[in-house]
Amino acid sequence: MSGGHSSYTPTTGIEKWLDARLPLPRLMYDSFVAYPVPRNLNYAYTFGGILAIMLVAQIMTGIVLAMHYAATTQLAFDSVEHIMRDVNSGWLLRYLHSNGASFFFIAVYVHIFRGLYYGSYKAPREMLWILGVIIYLLMMATGFMGYVLPWGQMSFWGATVITGFFTAFPIIGEPIQQLLLGGFAVDNPTLNRFYSLHYLLPFMIAGVVILHVWALHVTGQTNPTGIEVKSKTDTLAFTPYATVKDSFAMMLFLLVFAYFVFYIPNYLGHPDNYTQANPLVTPAHIVPEWYYLPFYAILRAITFNIGPIDSKLGGVIAMFGSILVLFVVPWLDTSKVRSAVYRPWFKLFFWIFVVDCIILGWLGSKPAEGTYVAMAQVATLYYFAFFVVVMPLLGLIETPRRMPNSITESVLEKAGDGGGAQPDAAAAAPETRG
Amino acid sequence: MSVQDTGDQSRRDFLYVATGMAGAVGAAAAVWPFIDQMRPDASTLALASIEVDVSSIEPGMSVTVKWRGKPVFIRNRTDKEIEEAKAVALAELKDPVARNANISSDAAATDLDRSAGEGKENWIIMVGSCTHLGCVPLGQAGDFGGWFCPCHGSHYDTAGRIRKGPAPQNLAIPQFEFTSDTVIRIG
Repeated sequence: MSGGHSSYTPTTGIEKWLDARLPLPRLMYDSFVAYPVPRNLNYAYTFGGILAIMLVAQIMTGIVLAMHYAATTQLAFDSVEHIMRDVNSGWLLRYLHSNGASFFFIAVYVHIFRGLYYGSYKAPREMLWILGVIIYLLMMATGFMGYVLPWGQMSFWGATVITGFFTAFPIIGEPIQQLLLGGFAVDNPTLNRFYSLHYLLPFMIAGVVILHVWALHVTGQTNPTGIEVKSKTDTLAFTPYATVKDSFAMMLFLLVFAYFVFYIPNYLGHPDNYTQANPLVTPAHIVPEWYYLPFYAILRAITFNIGPIDSKLGGVIAMFGSILVLFVVPWLDTSKVRSAVYRPWFKLFFWIFVVDCIILGWLGSKPAEGTYVAMAQVATLYYFAFFVVVMPLLGLIETPRRMPNSITESVLEKAGDGGGAQPDAAAAAPETRG
Repeated sequence: MSVQDTGDQSRRDFLYVATGMAGAVGAAAAVWPFIDQMRPDASTLALASIEVDVSSIEPGMSVTVKWRGKPVFIRNRTDKEIEEAKAVALAELKDPVARNANISSDAAATDLDRSAGEGKENWIIMVGSCTHLGCVPLGQAGDFGGWFCPCHGSHYDTAGRIRKGPAPQNLAIPQFEFTSDTVIRIG
């Protein structure tokens, strides 16, 4: 799809001069104007663009906030209040940044689930998928360290609990934790290094995003049918078709974002974080930010020892495993059919998986007592079963639906044309989901 | 001719290997300070030991003091609490080791070895950091009347021993000594 020929033709003198020296306009034209995209992309495919805009927004608001913030335990909490009350437009920039993190994660979750549903991780897009998982991990690290900076109670105890994960590992655990914290407990050295890294990581994300887009442009995008592009009629030019569709979705997304920023800016936060950090008192009910809740539930679901592994290490392994399993998804799924549209059973298990993740998130916000623990154990079991049992087995036993021969054919069938059905697809029931 | 070649060859080999080795050693040496600076610094390591006057702590009362950035619980236990802790069979314990830095590391988690020792069995001094993920447990709470960690639901008994929940170990007992009948030095 990419590579090969370029349709860029410099017209003006300055364009020709630049093209012979640094063909950046050519790269931009080939990547974002003439670049062919499948003609049947739906709105689930607009979240890549939304994520790009959110990353830029976070970096911009973050750089400005850094001009008013003080990364020391004596001043951090007050400097955030100073941003809120004294700095001109400070309240807006901080709410944009804190809610922006949440909306960044909303977009990335839609993006990941879309990838799982349409089989975007399958050959030849394994590297594309793996780079995406790396971006997601970097996002989690960035979000976690950013949440520590306001130096509220949740900041402090969240940092204590999360760095405490490492103490689960025998022998090397405690030295690693002390290396991360720069001490025996979360304190000034911890705040300082987290601030430095919180500033660094978004730029690393931007670097991996470039690789992610590069990999995308080597293989080309998937599409709801999962059928590779075969002819020119299967595609449209990126500009104006995808550009406008992406921009429209962005505007809708930013509208909801703006509603949160202006009307319910603390809805996704936690009131305890407006209390300054106190190393001697743990809040009665400590929870991470909403976007980590499913993993938090998995951590707490392991309340029993597994052979030589005690419950603490077991919980930490399960939690890290729940993310690391994403790396091997391209090899766990044995089905030759890419899109869930033609996989009735996978579709069912996929939606159960989505509900399962939401339930895990809800359980993560509940205290680890009574029936919540048992529910979290069942939900954790399904989480892993989906990847290591359902994905490999279903590919071997499921009978997929008949697929259209090409993207063009599926689009025409959907439009009610019905013509052009090839003999071998004559009995195909056209899939009409949007 | 061939002699000439071999000579050149070995000279190149030498330069290649020497450069590579110097580069590897140099890179490792350059990386070290970047890792080293992350370790706890001298001011953090300065092990400030603290002295606490416990004369005003009546049975059934506790104080929490800060040591090494972490809370330390000092509790003057009631007779009932001591009896409860003594009544527990060692086989019932999730962690059968005393975790007491003042005695041998494999001592059993009897109530005596968890407390401040013979004659001072009413005193218990522990680092108030849940052995699960480091939250501060709440005192006189939980299913065993000892400590309860609100973060992930670990229950400790009146001797600070883990009885239920995800924490793997009993609450740690730091090095301490009674410098007089009413003063404890921790650290």
